[in-house]
Amino acid sequence: MSTTPQTPPKLNRIGMELAVYRGARTTLCAGCGHNAVTERIIEAFFELGVEPYQVAKFSGIGCSSKTPAYFLQISHGFNGVHGRMPALATGAALANRNLRCVGVSGDGDTASIGMGQFIHMMRRNIPVIYIIENNGVYGLTKGQFSATADIGSKLKTGVVNDLTPIDCCALAIQLGASFVARSSSGDKRQLLALLKAATAHRGTVLLDVISPCVAFNDHEGSTKSYAYMKDHEEPLHDLDFIPHYQDITVDYEPGSSVEVRMHDGSRVVLKKLGHDYDPTSKCAALEALVKAEEKQEVLTGLLYLNTAQKNFLELLDTVSEPLASLPQERLRPPRAALDEIMEELR
Amino acid sequence: MASTEVLPQETILGERERVVNDFSIQVATVNGSGSQTANMVLLRAIFQMGVPVSGKNLFPSNIAGLPTWFTIRASKHGYIARKKETDFLVAMNPETARDDILSLAPGAAVVYDEPLKLDQLRDDLIFYPVPFDKLVAPCCPEAKLRKLVRNMIYDGVMARLLGIDLAQVETALRKQFKKKVKAAELNWNAALAGYTFAEENLEKRDPYFIEPMNETAGKIIIDGNAAAALGAMFAGVSVVTWYPITPSSSLVETLIDYMKRYRVDKETGKATFAIVQAEDELASVGMVLGAGWAGARAMTATSGPGISLMSEFVGLGYYVEVPGVIVDVQRAGPSTGLPTRTMQGDVLSTATLSHGDTKHPMLFPSSVGEVFQMMGQAFDLAEQLQTPVFVMSDLDLGMNNWMSDPFLYPEKPFQRGKVLTAEDLERVKDWGRYRDVDGDGIPYRTLPGTPHRRAAWFARGSGHDEYARYTERPIDYVRNMDRLARKFETARKMMPAPEIDTRLADIGIIAYGTSHWAVEESREQLRAESRLETDYLRIRAFPFSSEVEDFIRCHRRVYVVEQNRDAQMRDLLALDLGIGTEKMRSVLHYNGLPIDARTVTASIQQQEESIRAATVRERTGT
Repeated sequence: MSTTPQTPPKLNRIGMELAVYRGARTTLCAGCGHNAVTERIIEAFFELGVEPYQVAKFSGIGCSSKTPAYFLQISHGFNGVHGRMPALATGAALANRNLRCVGVSGDGDTASIGMGQFIHMMRRNIPVIYIIENNGVYGLTKGQFSATADIGSKLKTGVVNDLTPIDCCALAIQLGASFVARSSSGDKRQLLALLKAATAHRGTVLLDVISPCVAFNDHEGSTKSYAYMKDHEEPLHDLDFIPHYQDITVDYEPGSSVEVRMHDGSRVVLKKLGHDYDPTSKCAALEALVKAEEKQEVLTGLLYLNTAQKNFLELLDTVSEPLASLPQERLRPPRAALDEIMEELR
Repeated sequence: MASTEVLPQETILGERERVVNDFSIQVATVNGSGSQTANMVLLRAIFQMGVPVSGKNLFPSNIAGLPTWFTIRASKHGYIARKKETDFLVAMNPETARDDILSLAPGAAVVYDEPLKLDQLRDDLIFYPVPFDKLVAPCCPEAKLRKLVRNMIYDGVMARLLGIDLAQVETALRKQFKKKVKAAELNWNAALAGYTFAEENLEKRDPYFIEPMNETAGKIIIDGNAAAALGAMFAGVSVVTWYPITPSSSLVETLIDYMKRYRVDKETGKATFAIVQAEDELASVGMVLGAGWAGARAMTATSGPGISLMSEFVGLGYYVEVPGVIVDVQRAGPSTGLPTRTMQGDVLSTATLSHGDTKHPMLFPSSVGEVFQMMGQAFDLAEQLQTPVFVMSDLDLGMNNWMSDPFLYPEKPFQRGKVLTAEDLERVKDWGRYRDVDGDGIPYRTLPGTPHRRAAWFARGSGHDEYARYTERPIDYVRNMDRLARKFETARKMMPAPEIDTRLADIGIIAYGTSHWAVEESREQLRAESRLETDYLRIRAFPFSSEVEDFIRCHRRVYVVEQNRDAQMRDLLALDLGIGTEKMRSVLHYNGLPIDARTVTASIQQQEESIRAATVRERTGT
C-alpha cells in the first residue's frame, strides 16, 4: 500500500487542472502530426486558463476531425458531416456569441469537399479558430492525394501529383479572414504561440498546420513529410505571445521586432529572422506566399493579421447576450405588434 | 362620378341570367409590366366590397417579358380553390392572346387591347375592345412609365363593367402604393381613364356582376410565406439561415422586414436575431443545426432542390438529435422542374430524408392561418423532440394571396423541451445524453456554455452509446436505433390531430395542405351532382395518428387527393400505418396549377361510375 504523499495537481489561473483540458485517448497512429497539434491545443488552453465551459469544438470527417474528442473533455463538441464543419460552427457562434469556437478540419475536409463552406467562413470573419491539419493525403481512406498536395509530390504507390495545390492560407487572406498563419506540427514553440494568439482574436483565425501522415505520406518524394518540412520550412519570425493578464515589458533591440496588439489586450511579438515582414499587409503576405512556393519553401508564422476588421457578429449587430439564452418576452413581440400587423393587412 | 349607377343591362343580356359574385377573372399579361399591382388592386377592391375573393398568380421563371396570368375568383359561397373555367378574360398579352381566347367556354367575356383584333377569332364570346395605348398617353406624359401604368386602365374598365365601386378601387390602389404618392396619382388617373372610357364606349353585354356583400369584414389578405414568417417571429425564432430559391425566398425576405420592425431592442438598437444568407442549402441547414445544438430557435426555408441538398445534414440532425425547423415551400419537380408552379411533391422523400433509417415529423398547413400557427408548433415540437421538423407548405399557399380571419396571438409559452442546466446536473447523478429516462424515447440534453463538469457531451454522426461515446457495438447501435423509433411513436401522439368531418358515409376522402380547398368545394359538387355523400379527413401532420388509421378502416373506400403523380401520401399512409393500399384510391393532379374542385369531382365521379359498372357486370354475369 502506497503512502506516498500526492502532490496536488498544478492548477492554471482559473483553478483548473491540466486533466480537464485533455480528452479521450487518441486512436490515431503513433507519430501522427495531428497528435502533436492536439497536445499544443491542450497546452495553450490550459496555460492561458481558457474557460473550458465556454469552448465549443467542431470538426468534419477524417483523421483530423476525430481529434476534438482528444482534447478539452469538459467542453461541448460537435463532429458533423464531411466538409461542413464551418456551417455548424457558424450556427453555434450565431446562437451563442460567448462561445469560443474551435474547429478542426483536414486538407481533404477543407480544400476538396468543404471548399465552399471554407471560403464563405473566411469571408464572414466569424469568430472561430479554424485549424487545418494538413498532410496532403486522405488518411482514413488509405492514402489518396488531397487538393493541397504539391506538384511533383509522390504517393507510396508511385503516383505523382501533377495538379496545382490549393493554398488555403492565400485563399483565406484574399477572402477576408483576419488572422492567417501557417505552422508545422513539429514546431512546438511556434505552434503554441500561434494557438495562444488565436484565442485572443475575435474574428476568423485560419491556422494551416503541416502535419505529416506517418502511414501514407511520410516517405521520400512526399512534400508533407517530417524530413521535407525539416529541410524546407522557412519561419518568417520568432513568435512570442504575451497574454493580456501579464504585465511584462520586454526590451528588444530596436528594429529587431514588431509588436502587435490583439483584441483582448494580449500582445504578439514577432522577432525578425532575416525577413523584413509586415503581417498587416495583404499584399506582402500574398507575395511572400507565392515567392516561397516558387522556391519550394514552406513559409511559416503569422502571415496576416487585421484586428480592425469587423467580425460577422458585429456586422449583424446582435444583442450582447447569447441569442440562445434570451427569454420568451424578448423573443415574442407583444400582442400589440400582432394587432398592428393585422390592421395593415385588412 | 356615380359609381353605383345601375346600367341598363337587362335588355342587352337577353335570356342570360345575371351572375353575381360567383365567377372568375383571368388577366393575361407580360411579367415585369406592373400587372401584379393592377391585379392586387382589382382583387382588393372586390374584397373591400365584402365579397369573398381569392387570387392565383401563374407566373414564369423569368424577370421580365414572359407570359403571366392572374386569376381572381369571386365566390359568394366562400370557395377559394382555383376555378378551372375562366368567365372573364383580360387579354393584354399579344403572345398568348390567341390561345387564351381559344380556350374560353362560349359566352365568356373578354376585355382586350384593341389593336390585337381578337374579336375576329370567335363569334361566341362577348368582346370589349379597349385602346390601351391611346388611353395611357394623356394620363402618363412620361413615355417610359407608360408600360407600368397601362395595366391600371383595365382596373378602371373592369370596375365599370362589373359594377365595382370606384371608391373601393381608389382605396385599394392607395393602399397598394402606400407612401409612393406620385406613383399612386399616376395610376389612379389611368384607372379613371379606363373607367371613363368604358362608361362612354362599352355597352354591358356579359352577365357578370360584383355586388356588395358582408362576408369579408375584419378579414385580412396575406400570402402563405408572409404568414409563415409571422408565425416564426412570434414563435421566437432567433437564427434564420437561407439560400434564395423560388418559391420560398419571399418567406425570409418578409421575415427580415418584420424582424427589423419588431425584434430590435428598443433601448440598445441591437437585434435579437441573426439572419444569414448562406452559400447554399447545405450550409443553411448546417447553420440551423449548429444553432439548434447551441440552444437557439433556428430555421431555414427552401424548396425541393434545397431539400435534396439538405439530405445529409438532416440525417445528422436526426441521429445526434438536434432541433431545427425547415420550411419546404414545395414546387413542381423533379430536378429544376417547374420552379414557379405548385406541387405536393416532396412528401415521401422528406418523410425519410437522408440515408439509413430516418423519419422526420412533418406538418401540413392548408391555410395562411394554419401556417402561422404551425410555425409555432414546429418550433415547440423540434425542441421537445430534439429533431428537425418540416413544415410542408407549397407554392400555391406560399406565394398566392389568401383571405383569412386575423391571426390569433399565441398564448402558449414556448415549449423548450428537456434541457438540463448546471443546477439540474447537481441533482442528476448519472446523466447520459442518450439515456431514455422517461420511457418516451426522448433523452435529456445540455447546451454548450453550461458551467458544469458533467455538462459536456460530444455530438457525433458516428455510432454512439447512451453517454454519447463512440461505439460500433451491435447492441449499442440497436438500442439507440430502437429508442429513436420509440421517440417517433411519442411524436405520433404529439402532432396536431387531423380534422375530420363525418356524416357516416361509405366513402371517405383524405387530403392535406392546399388540396383541402378543392376538396371542400368538390364534396358539395358530388352531393349536388351525384348525390354522393362523403366523409372527409384532412391530414395535418406526419407521423399519422390512430384517427387516420380508424378513418381508413371505417370506410369502404377512401379517396386520397393529392398534387403529385405517384400518390406519395397514399404510399406514406401504407408505410407508416402498416396497412394495405387496397382501400385507398387516388385523385391525382400534377400539372403545376393549383388543384381545382372540378378535377376532384370528375375523378371521383368517374371512379365511382366504373366501380358501379363493374358491380353490375359481376351481378349479371356479363
